[in-house]
Amino acid sequence: MFQCKNLTCVREERVLFNNLNFTLAPGEILQVEGPNGVGKTSLFRLLVGLSTPYAGEVHWQQQNIMLDRDSYYQNMLYLGHKSGVKPELTALENLHYFHHLFNPKVKFDAWEILTLVGLAGYENVPTAQLSAGQQRRVALARMWFSDCPLWILDEPFTAIDKNGVQVIEKLLIKHAEKGGMVILTTHQDLLLPPQLYKKLTLQKPAAGEQYV
Amino acid sequence: MFNAFLQIVRKELLGAFRQQSDILNPIWFFVIVVTLFPLGIGTDPALLARIAPGIIWVAALLAALLSFERLFKDDFIDGSLEQMMLAPQPLTWLVSAKVFAHWLLTGLPILLVSPLLAVFLSLQENTFWALFLTLLIGTPILSLLGSIGVALTIGLRKGGVLLSLIMLPLSIPILIFSTMAIDAATFGQSYIGLLALLGAMLVAAITLAPFAIAASLRVSVS
Repeated sequence: MFQCKNLTCVREERVLFNNLNFTLAPGEILQVEGPNGVGKTSLFRLLVGLSTPYAGEVHWQQQNIMLDRDSYYQNMLYLGHKSGVKPELTALENLHYFHHLFNPKVKFDAWEILTLVGLAGYENVPTAQLSAGQQRRVALARMWFSDCPLWILDEPFTAIDKNGVQVIEKLLIKHAEKGGMVILTTHQDLLLPPQLYKKLTLQKPAAGEQYV
Repeated sequence: MFNAFLQIVRKELLGAFRQQSDILNPIWFFVIVVTLFPLGIGTDPALLARIAPGIIWVAALLAALLSFERLFKDDFIDGSLEQMMLAPQPLTWLVSAKVFAHWLLTGLPILLVSPLLAVFLSLQENTFWALFLTLLIGTPILSLLGSIGVALTIGLRKGGVLLSLIMLPLSIPILIFSTMAIDAATFGQSYIGLLALLGAMLVAAITLAPFAIAASLRVSVS
């Protein structure tokens, strides 16, 4: 169970959003929507604990994530704007590193996963030489061998083609059906079964509350 | 836990060997700075032997400073630093691995080329051994202290000057004790006590610096 309690985000004395509340139960996919600059990425950085909220708390299994980072990070997969893929290493080496650092207990076949994300034949090319979409796919490949129940995905579909989007949608549905949780932002309309799918629209604060 | 440590070291070394300029530039800088001194002040062996320890130590310090740029900066830009901070292992442990890999790529090569420089600067054998031992103990301290500075300045666009302002004063004690040990060796005295002091600094740095680095990273990245 993932809870966001009265979260307020302030950047340079400007309030991006205030008193944001939501709860995510196992098996739910939450899409965060809103125009550019409304604070989606800032929200995600608060949700994963990379930045500290101005007010409010984020709870994972009834525990404040700031107080118990280790157990939260064992259960959470975050893919941000920056992919975290090392450009001088090959796709295979990048996967190997992510596997050992994040999900060492999961057994998987790296070749099979690279085939699934459409990178067969590019395993031994340094990722710097791949296209933007292919580099994105290297980062997204982590979802295939992640055993974390909570996935937080910031614009996962950037630079991904239509076919790739469908493959990822299927993976998200499978993850939710197994009892996983997904929070993502995207500007695309997703074809997800409505019983799994929730939307949250971020709104600018009311006129009198825009500055602290 | 140990596997995570090894994986980070492995990734750093692989990356560095793919981009060899990153390893070679600080070493070239080190060798060239040291060789410029005989050209500038003359080749009198007695004079060179007298000032050699100081030259080599200051050059090592500047070479270390040059190499810090790549310690967290690339990781910060491509997002792997963020991912490292979200890994299920303790951040202090993972940054220790980063610093260890950094030392392997910068401190160790300096140790390896030091015999060559000792010949350039006509050092006696026992003076050379004192120099070697102080470098062996001192360069890891430099890597650890520098990493704190890098972690503090990583979010800044032009953090290089600030980094040297933070880092160089902190390294003065290492410079003082190292050159004292080498001077003692030149006069044939025992320098074990001074090495022990340096060793104590190393132990303190190894145990405390990773916490400072991790805390600074959390502040800088947010």
